[in-house]
Amino acid sequence: MDGLVIDDVSMRFELPNGSHVQALQNVSLNIASGELMSVLGPSGCGKTTFLNIIAGFLAPTAGKVELNGSAVSGPASERGMVFQQGALFEWMNVRDNVAFGPSMKKMAKSESAGIVDHLLETVGLQDFKDKAVYELSGGMQQRVALARCLANDPDVILMDEPLGALDALTREKMQGLVLKLWKETGKTIILITHSVEEALLLGERLLVMAPRPGRIHKEYRLPFADMGVGADLREVKKMDGYSETREEILTMIWDMEEEIMGRAETEQ
Amino acid sequence: MIIALIYASIFVIAFIAVRLVSRLMTARKDFTSLKTVTFGDESAVSPDRAATVISVLGIFLIWGAFTGSAIAPIHVPGPFIGDTSFTYTARNPDGQRDRADVAIRVHVVGEDVEAPELAGGDEGFAKNDSAKVAAWRSGLVRVRRNDEGGREDGYEVVQVNGQSIAPGESVAVDDGTVSMTAKGTLSFEPEKGWQMEKIWLPAPEDVWSRLVEIASDGYRNFTLIEHLGWSLIRVIAGFALGSLVGIPLGYAMGLSNFFRGWFDPIVEFMRPVPPLALIPLVIIWFGIDETGKIILLFLAALWIMTIASRAGVSGVNITKIHAAYSLGASKWQIMRHVIVPNSLPEIFTGARVAMGVCWGTVVAAELVAAEKGAGQMIVAASKFQLTDIVIMGIILIGIIGYGIDILMRRAERFLVPWKGRS
Ligand SMILES: Nc1ncnc2c1ncn2[C@@H]1O[C@H](COP(=O)(O)OP(=O)(O)OP(=O)(O)O)[C@@H](O)[C@H]1O
Ligand SMILES: [Mg+2]
Repeated sequence: MDGLVIDDVSMRFELPNGSHVQALQNVSLNIASGELMSVLGPSGCGKTTFLNIIAGFLAPTAGKVELNGSAVSGPASERGMVFQQGALFEWMNVRDNVAFGPSMKKMAKSESAGIVDHLLETVGLQDFKDKAVYELSGGMQQRVALARCLANDPDVILMDEPLGALDALTREKMQGLVLKLWKETGKTIILITHSVEEALLLGERLLVMAPRPGRIHKEYRLPFADMGVGADLREVKKMDGYSETREEILTMIWDMEEEIMGRAETEQ
Repeated sequence: MIIALIYASIFVIAFIAVRLVSRLMTARKDFTSLKTVTFGDESAVSPDRAATVISVLGIFLIWGAFTGSAIAPIHVPGPFIGDTSFTYTARNPDGQRDRADVAIRVHVVGEDVEAPELAGGDEGFAKNDSAKVAAWRSGLVRVRRNDEGGREDGYEVVQVNGQSIAPGESVAVDDGTVSMTAKGTLSFEPEKGWQMEKIWLPAPEDVWSRLVEIASDGYRNFTLIEHLGWSLIRVIAGFALGSLVGIPLGYAMGLSNFFRGWFDPIVEFMRPVPPLALIPLVIIWFGIDETGKIILLFLAALWIMTIASRAGVSGVNITKIHAAYSLGASKWQIMRHVIVPNSLPEIFTGARVAMGVCWGTVVAAELVAAEKGAGQMIVAASKFQLTDIVIMGIILIGIIGYGIDILMRRAERFLVPWKGRS
């Protein structure tokens, strides 16, 4: 089958003290190729675990993940990953960071140079090719990370709070960039975020997860991502249904957080 | 003690002066000067170059002042040099007393001088005497020898400069002290002053001229360059071997459970053993020639480099490894393009420490046994009390050690500019 199939995945961490954490329980989900999905949920509900399993860094204790019909058994370049921060290689300049994937595949320099130039132009860093990455601002570094991931031409891009460390203004610009890249490249993107607004803007589908055990609580299909491509995101936020959905999800997450707090109190 | 007090007062005066001057002169307008919180902000502390210059000058000033050096504008009082005299009163067995003069010539150590000539006019049984004494030393003055009846029992010296004296006592006279030995002989000790004698501490210019001399003539069959060069070659050879083994070993320990388990007890045991403690064993096993020294330095560098590269591997951020895997890198490629470059800053830090330790260890090993080398040079010189060579050697050892560290820091900035930037 085309796309990403997550079939009845469970993940249970055994702790050294004998107890365990059920980070995910019976999560099933199909994501068609080219879909843009955002994932929301209270802290500790298993979002990162979910993404790590798809990326292949963790093997689930039950269930399986398939991409385009073949089972995922480890990390591979078809599933690219963008981290919150700290994943760039400081010992390489911007160009070499972006060219990392192609050069690992032994692609000729002449061939990869074109790809790198094109991507750096897409993310607006054509003038920073020879800079060291530690000389760039946080937002620029995340653009390098995006370009580096795209240079490998993956089928799926996994992002774990990619914009979480940025200031509000940079963040809004980057949200526009993600939308633009999604439309231009047609990649499947799964994006974890803590911001409800970001989840609304950057999700054709929006997944709300619930904790203890980690599971899918509710799923939305939203029109805002399509509207947002190439448009002013602040205009999108004024659209019909935007604030209603936002309030609904915020209430939902607040209730979950309160439930967690309550549970924690009764446990004590 | 006095030197420490003088040093402390120079420090205080310089501190006040530099603060005053810098407050008057500079209205700096850089970022640091705009910081309001500087106490506790390490980045706002930079060495005051004026203080550095004064500090170095101060050391040379004190050194020069206490050695009577030409480079110091002021000197502490030196030893008395020149002619002086005192009188003594003797009593013969009959109870008669007579006075006579003693002329003393105090001369520079090693200089050949005549004792002062006696003026005429000398009545009575006690006869005038003369003697020569070297500065910083004391000399016996056998005043009775030429006296009439001076060798008889009951003939005694009873006064010096009119003050009574007995065996074991002493009397202060002009430019020195006269004391009487248990046998009743007088001994004159000229004023020593505060300056240091050459065999304790030579003046800076003496050390310099010795450096010039040894640089051109060599010392003990080897030129200065050979002495220092051999020490350096040993350090470089030992360090290179230690790195060659230690870095891969550290990587293996950082990447494999088995290696970690196997070498952990060895490394953790050897780490706290100072290399100097291995010198006797290395000499027993390998003798005093080059093999022994290089093995010693190899061991000194090995554990430091192993631990540094192990720390470099363990310190790699797991997201970088994950990122590299998702970008399609193989294990070998991750090793080469992520783990190795990521560990280089740690390895450089280790290399700096290792070079410092090796340099110290080689000097110590040469002190114990060697034919050539910086340490050998100073220990050989010390046996002949050639303090100027010893001090010159110590200064050169310090300069070279400092030079090595500066070179390593330069190399670090050039080769791993990303250090501390992630
Ligand atoms: N390696 C691990 N060992 C033990 N427990 C783990 C491990 N990794 C995650 N967990 C637990 O699994 C649960 C889910 O963790 P996860 O990191 O997936 O949460 P998250 O939703 O990403 O949280 P956040 O929003 O704070 O990033 C948490 O309770 C966490 O304590
Ligand atoms: Mg997380």
